Amino acid sequence: MNWLSDEAIARLRTAGAEPALAGTRYRLIERIASGGMGSVYLAEDATLGRRVAIKILDVPDSSGELAARLQREAHILASLEHPGIVPVHGAGTLADGRVFYAMKFVEGERLDRFSERASTLPGRLRIFQRICDTVAFAHTRGVLHRDLKPENIMTGPFGEVLVMDWGVAKILPAKQISTPAGMPHDQVRNHPGTLAMDSSRTAPKTAHGAVLGTPGYMAPEQARGDVEHLDERADIYSLGAILQFLVVPSARGTQTTPRALIAIARKAMDANPAARYASASELGQDIARYLDGLPVLAYPENVFQRIARWAARYRMAIVLVLTYLVVRALLIFWFRR
Amino acid sequence: MNKITYGLILGGILGIFDGLTAWFTPEARPQLMGIVLGSTFKGLLAGVLIGVFARKVHSLALGVLFGLCVGLLFAFFIAHMQGKYYLEIMLPGGLVGLIVGYATQKYGDSSDAAPSRT
Repeated sequence: MNWLSDEAIARLRTAGAEPALAGTRYRLIERIASGGMGSVYLAEDATLGRRVAIKILDVPDSSGELAARLQREAHILASLEHPGIVPVHGAGTLADGRVFYAMKFVEGERLDRFSERASTLPGRLRIFQRICDTVAFAHTRGVLHRDLKPENIMTGPFGEVLVMDWGVAKILPAKQISTPAGMPHDQVRNHPGTLAMDSSRTAPKTAHGAVLGTPGYMAPEQARGDVEHLDERADIYSLGAILQFLVVPSARGTQTTPRALIAIARKAMDANPAARYASASELGQDIARYLDGLPVLAYPENVFQRIARWAARYRMAIVLVLTYLVVRALLIFWFRR
Repeated sequence: MNKITYGLILGGILGIFDGLTAWFTPEARPQLMGIVLGSTFKGLLAGVLIGVFARKVHSLALGVLFGLCVGLLFAFFIAHMQGKYYLEIMLPGGLVGLIVGYATQKYGDSSDAAPSRT
């Protein structure tokens, strides 16, 4: 004889699996996502009266490795203060031993879903530029994302573009940190937000040979598990794959992809890391040049292509001047009659 | 290049070109030098006015409209002084103003411009 319905039992099971936030300032609302390391819940910050997202380990971590990884992710996010990176509001440990951190609740859509109905090619490219800016910023702070893909990019209703899920990020050795144009290398290394300076936050490291990332978006060297030698060019490969996802017709409808954009994606995804863009900024700048109707680094043009690009850039001005010339010619002809 | 300088240079160049087209009208050839000088001055003046407008108002449509009006107005003065050839002078004059209005809004550097009023 059943005293409880199946539905009630299922509800009790769910409630039992939910983390108890007693003792924290957060009140659980619902689970919004699950990942390999833990789940993300929507919660309310009772002190500030706002909604937050809380990432919590699914089970108490007896070995401490997952807990350390989650804490490390929180440290990385907290140190990367940038409009393209979700801010961390707090971190701690629940009564049952599960580690958590609270971050801004991003209301929006994942890039893969957003792009299905997203606007125009320039609109998608401008989103891509924002991703490049964010990744370039992380690189200058010594952080490699290692799992860039459309599913890890959130687009907000007010034009926000946020790079999410830094759970498998790698802290770069100080000598590998890229410097923004015009900033001395020492200044970057000594910046308080540069994680490579603080070895206590780099643990736990991913073992050499371990493969972290997503097939299709993972650089060949990353897929080989060459963890020790990974640098920012692995992320540039992933950015190239995201660009390809955003612009290639098979994924984006019937429009044809401009050759210059295909060349940019191919350069970013070159099997040889040395042949890729040197930095995410350089990749973003090539996209900016494309949007401005200028030649891109990845695509050497012949004379005809250069003329076609120039004509496309100044199309309206050319039409106006031609109209003027035609009117002038007609008037001269008419006046002579 | 800022919008006023852009308008000035473009207006001047198009003014010279517009004046030189008088060569194709045999009866106007004797006054070609005067026509070119007058047309250049008209182009420079219109270019500056259009450039100033483009600096104040950031709107392609309004810039084009203003350019057209200035071009037509200046061309009307010229035609009125001659008392004939209204169509032959005003139509290309208006088009030149329209081109300068479009180009200053589209290609002039707005980094030193006033706040947008669109």
